[in-house]
Amino acid sequence: MKKELTIFDDPNNVKKLIRFFYVVLGALLGADFYLYFGHLKHGHFAWEDKPQFFAVYGFVCCVLVIFGAKLLRVFVMRKENHYDSK
Amino acid sequence: MGPSILDATYSPALIFILGALLIPAFKGRAKQGYLLLLPVIAFISLINTPDGNHWVFSLLDYPLVLGRVDALSRVFGYIFVLIAFIALIFAIQVKDDLQHVTGLLYAGGALGVTFAGDLFSLYIFWELMAVASTFLILARRTKRAQAAAYRYILVHVFGGLCLLAGIVLKISETGTTTFGAMQLDSLSSWLLFVGIAVNAAIPPLHPWLQDAYPEATPTGSVFLSAFTTKSAVYVMARTFAGAEVLIWLGAFMTIFPVFYAEIENDIRRVLSYSLMNQVGFMMCGIGIGTQLALNGAVSHAFCHILYKALLFMSAGAVLHVTGKIKCTEIGGLYKTMPLTCLFCIVGAASISAFPLFSGFVSKSMIISAAGNEHIVLAWLMLQFASAGVIAHAGIKVPFFTFFGHDSGIRAKEPPLNMLVAMGIAAFLCVFIGVYPQPLYAILPFPVEAARYVPYSGQHVVGQLQLLLFGIFAFFLLLRAGYYPSEVRAMNLDVDWFYRKGGAGFYRLMDKSLNGLNRICNLIFAEDLPRNIARFAKNGATRLTLMVLLPVRAIAGADKSQLDDMKKKVYLAFETGSFPLGISAAFATLALIIIYLIR
Repeated sequence: MKKELTIFDDPNNVKKLIRFFYVVLGALLGADFYLYFGHLKHGHFAWEDKPQFFAVYGFVCCVLVIFGAKLLRVFVMRKENHYDSK
Repeated sequence: MGPSILDATYSPALIFILGALLIPAFKGRAKQGYLLLLPVIAFISLINTPDGNHWVFSLLDYPLVLGRVDALSRVFGYIFVLIAFIALIFAIQVKDDLQHVTGLLYAGGALGVTFAGDLFSLYIFWELMAVASTFLILARRTKRAQAAAYRYILVHVFGGLCLLAGIVLKISETGTTTFGAMQLDSLSSWLLFVGIAVNAAIPPLHPWLQDAYPEATPTGSVFLSAFTTKSAVYVMARTFAGAEVLIWLGAFMTIFPVFYAEIENDIRRVLSYSLMNQVGFMMCGIGIGTQLALNGAVSHAFCHILYKALLFMSAGAVLHVTGKIKCTEIGGLYKTMPLTCLFCIVGAASISAFPLFSGFVSKSMIISAAGNEHIVLAWLMLQFASAGVIAHAGIKVPFFTFFGHDSGIRAKEPPLNMLVAMGIAAFLCVFIGVYPQPLYAILPFPVEAARYVPYSGQHVVGQLQLLLFGIFAFFLLLRAGYYPSEVRAMNLDVDWFYRKGGAGFYRLMDKSLNGLNRICNLIFAEDLPRNIARFAKNGATRLTLMVLLPVRAIAGADKSQLDDMKKKVYLAFETGSFPLGISAAFATLALIIIYLIR
């Protein structure tokens, strides 16, 4: 048997990964401010040129998707053998 | 130099279809070599074929054009041949000729549809695809798969019949079998549209896809993910480009599967919903119908086929080695399957349209086209769906398969050929993302003319923000316990209407038609023959009475005299004892008739 990868078994590694992720998020916010104040944003619509539009939109959309999916479960979720049972 | 056999061009569809029939003649290594040789021959032949109409036959005064080669059909031809090659590498170790033969017939059907220049050949190859693909589901040889395959073929027969009805009407309207751009202004066009929409999985005609693909064999679902929906995308782009209804059907189609994908337990079903979401982008692009939008739809189909096949291959590889593919049953597989995990992440990054991955350079064209035309609502819907993709396909698929809770399964990597197939697809996903020019060069319209540049600072930052802040929301909600938990369950979709409705329909028909049957049985099989028999038995007596009774009644006989006469006549017939005079009178009458006739 080959050696197993266990890199994410160590909570410290997971913490490092998350910290790296936050740094990237921060960098993206910074990059957008750079584009905004440098007047480098020329979107199709006025709201695209507002600062941090896509960060907010992405975050809000994913929250809506996840809560929408939870709501959908109320209506459509059935037992695994729903169609098999007579 | 004279023309040699190497310069000749052959229909790629026929190379696949005729080639498929010879597969059982080969054994072992020779069979594997032969399987991989077919797409190579088809590819070389396609490269050598100049634009124009080729391989034209005639059928009942109508031309059958098997090879309409132009910019649009050529792109789809290339990607279909390429993905057939990759899928065959992935499936090469399968010891089941049924899957190899039907897989190649299916690919041949898709190529036939792509290069069909008339409605007849379109229909023939369309039906070939439906029939051949059904066997890739049946080949799983489980009861669930058989039932799903049965429903699958019924839906496609329905779609095929709509297409056929549309074709027949169209030919009687126009007098030609030409197949090109149409307006949605007549019954024939709408029938064609519905027929194509079934294969494109446009809601509400979509649930066959999520029903059947997850039940196919691990290798079969790779073929399935590529051909049916994308050949429908091609035909839709060919016929109904610019049809406004497609903008809205497509935009809706990108959004609604996102929610289902989020709560689905079976990874291959998650991928099936996500497939539908991606085809929605293409439909929307076709509906917008500008050069940029059509380029976007075509290039997105090209990229999508590669990364969707890659995702289905990584799911198929997991299923192949563990026998499991449900979120609740797998997890933590990165520990022993790091390569499969890596390839899955490349597929997930591509479908999410991360910069430097293939989805980024194609999907953004469609969204930009919506922006250029200022279709505000469609633009917002497509951006919403893009963020939705990261939540279900970008994160959920790799996370719950390879990370998430450790299922304790310690499966080895799949066989080398599977890894090679995934590796090729993953390489192409990154290659196109980093260097899209070769793809842009084969699109139907010049990309420069549409002034499109994918890698601008604003675009890259915007897209990264959309995706990474989506991931941020995902992890915040996951940690807070708001993310829909993994549960063993299934979710109702529109197929409820024909799965439950089908059973209800059966009961209704049982009550009504079988009731009718029972009544008919009573009347025609039981009562009527009995009455006829009774009549035939006493026929002569009754006939005689029918004549005698009115005569005697008119002559003034009362009821008792009539009854008396009835009895006498019955008795006379039963015993055969007529008074001599009557017999003599009949005999004389008969002689007179014979004399008169002569």
